[in-house]
Amino acid sequence: MQVFTFKGGVHPPQKKDSTSNKHIQSLPLPDYVYLFTSNHAGTPAKPVVKEGDKVKTGQIVAQAVGNISANIHSSVTGEVVGIESMVNASTGRKDNAIVIKRTSEDEWEYVEHAEDFQKFSKKEIIEIIKKAGIVGLGGAMFPTHVKLNIPDDKIVEYLIINGAECEPYITIDDMLMREKTKEIITGIKILQHTLNPKKTVIGIEDNKLEALETLRGVIKSEDTVELAQLKTKYPQGAEKQLINAITKREVPSGGLPIDIGTLVINVSTVYAIYDAVINGKPLVERGITLTGSGVKNPGNYWFRIGTKVSYLLNFVGLVKEDEIEKVLYGGPMMGIPLSSIDLPTFKGNNAITVLTKEEIISRKEYPCIRCASCVKVCPMGLQPYYLKKLADSRKNDVAEENGILDCIECGCCSYICPSNIELSKTFSTTKKVIKVIKQRRG
Amino acid sequence: MNLSLQAAPHFRTTDTTRNVMLDVLIALVPAVIVSTWIFGIRALGIMLFCMFFAEFLEFFIVRVLKRQKDFVPDFSASVTGLLLGMNLSLAVNWWQILLGIGVAIIIAKHAFGGLGQNFFNPALVGRVFMIISFPTAMTTWYVPFYYKNPDILTAASPLSLFSEQGLEQAIQNYSYWDMFLGRIPGSIGEVSALALIIGFVYLLVKGRIKIMIPVFYIATIMIFSSIFYFINPSTFGTPLFHLLSGGLILGALFMATDMVTSPMTFKGQAVFGIGAGTLTMIIRFFGNYPEGVSFSILIMNALVPLIDDWLKPRIYGTHKGGAKNA
Repeated sequence: MQVFTFKGGVHPPQKKDSTSNKHIQSLPLPDYVYLFTSNHAGTPAKPVVKEGDKVKTGQIVAQAVGNISANIHSSVTGEVVGIESMVNASTGRKDNAIVIKRTSEDEWEYVEHAEDFQKFSKKEIIEIIKKAGIVGLGGAMFPTHVKLNIPDDKIVEYLIINGAECEPYITIDDMLMREKTKEIITGIKILQHTLNPKKTVIGIEDNKLEALETLRGVIKSEDTVELAQLKTKYPQGAEKQLINAITKREVPSGGLPIDIGTLVINVSTVYAIYDAVINGKPLVERGITLTGSGVKNPGNYWFRIGTKVSYLLNFVGLVKEDEIEKVLYGGPMMGIPLSSIDLPTFKGNNAITVLTKEEIISRKEYPCIRCASCVKVCPMGLQPYYLKKLADSRKNDVAEENGILDCIECGCCSYICPSNIELSKTFSTTKKVIKVIKQRRG
Repeated sequence: MNLSLQAAPHFRTTDTTRNVMLDVLIALVPAVIVSTWIFGIRALGIMLFCMFFAEFLEFFIVRVLKRQKDFVPDFSASVTGLLLGMNLSLAVNWWQILLGIGVAIIIAKHAFGGLGQNFFNPALVGRVFMIISFPTAMTTWYVPFYYKNPDILTAASPLSLFSEQGLEQAIQNYSYWDMFLGRIPGSIGEVSALALIIGFVYLLVKGRIKIMIPVFYIATIMIFSSIFYFINPSTFGTPLFHLLSGGLILGALFMATDMVTSPMTFKGQAVFGIGAGTLTMIIRFFGNYPEGVSFSILIMNALVPLIDDWLKPRIYGTHKGGAKNA
């Protein structure tokens, strides 16, 4: 079989064994949930409940505002006890969070749904997805209804389902493809009905052959879904790299995948779309891998969005406190480090990774010896050593000319650098600075 | 819980600059052993002396003069020292070596800002300084195994014979096999192609080498010398002779590939190799010095910033030349 891949990339240790055969279990309902009004890319949603309101599971608590925003629903049945300002590690600032105290078992409030999704028009399905507050669950949290709303002059040639899951440690998408195979195929059919793509391809890294085989077994001959076996390489699951691996096309710099007739949807998002359209459930729960060397019993779980990280970690147990060095939203390559485990989860959480001191080698920074490793591994064809030099000397304009805004912050350059230079981190900061300056200039 | 907030990626390779430098030193071990066998304990003494003095100078500059925040023994000075030592003749004396190392470490390396900042390969700068300042000592070649048979101490190297008396004389005295194994007069560490190639394979396996440089350097030498051989075999010499004589193997495999002073992209490395190869042949054929390797690499070193700027990789999603679509 042909194995697809892209240029560049690295091979970090996979570390998936500890959870790759753990069935997805449902965690007990939490007593409190903390729902950030900014649970997606774009403008924060506007709260539509106040202290003392009784809410059902799936009831809307904050309404999408503006073009890029998503609804937020209560993930438990209970009472709103207030709106608190909390640190949102995903954005790095303080955000409002609606705090809900659970008072009973689930009483659901559903969105419009039907077993036979064919009866909905393309517009109606996008409306259901919008109402259900679905965002890209691979981590980017871009509102899905916005993505699916294709401009009239564009067509979807390739619908690509992202099952690559290239971060070390994380196995939730793998497990989802194996356990919810039929549901995911139905979800893909809903998307095909909505987008009418010429081709649909599911991309899976070849360290997840069982998922590939399970899907192959379920896909019927009349289904127009293809499977693409991808080389296990980081960042195979990055949108631009996945598109390049499967279609050989490149998303133009500064453009969107739809500009070259492609659209990428993560496997977890496909499942959420299935759950909304067929079962009427808004996005209030999702799968997560709780893992890392600091976790005693790692596994895959369903959890309610807004649950505190400490609540989740309580179920898997942690090793001795003084051995823990980092707790991450996500995996070891791109994960956001948490200042405390007393922070809530959000829609984009596909993993919480707890790393011990032993696993994190802290090393001195040496000067750059121009070994060219960073140039070799950059999947975007950038020259990280040079961009770093430009960024350090505040030559932002030159850095922009040399593609710093094209950096996807995958961290391959920092990973490979023998001098331990913080390349990726510098680029993420410099990109923010450049964007702010651009905004001010208008 | 005391959590670290250091940014992603949280996994890093276990590689360090020090490992890179150590690998280069390990790769040079076969050549050091063969050189010691051929030229005796004095050769080993010179190489070790160069390494130790280079490290001492680096320590002195960084720690005592506080040129950098702190001293990190990364073995880069040892690499410079050892490579310079390998490029010397046995006839040089200790104060000449001190001056050579001094020029390499103080002027070629630290005057530019230390590790990673220099434009020119420090070992080559040191060597060229010594060739110019001490021409007699630097071109007096000891014969192989002179320590076993002290009757004849020195002789012309194949390349200097070629330069002065033509190819026939050169290959009459030394067979290609001698040149491959290293049983020829020459600089301490350059004589054995075999030992150097073994070390090179080690770096290749470890992924520590800018591979396009030696490939294109040697290919250029072969093509160039083949053309000239075709025109006039007796004047210009065979391609194999040019490959095995002088410091070409040492230069192409270990000096031109110096990470700090060579280009970053595959294409740039190819241009660097072709340029160095061409210059080497021009100097060998038409120059006053029999050897062109050191000069050619230094000239190409100077061009590296231009090459890097000229041959940037194409950014994903852009047209050639980096122009944005939008």
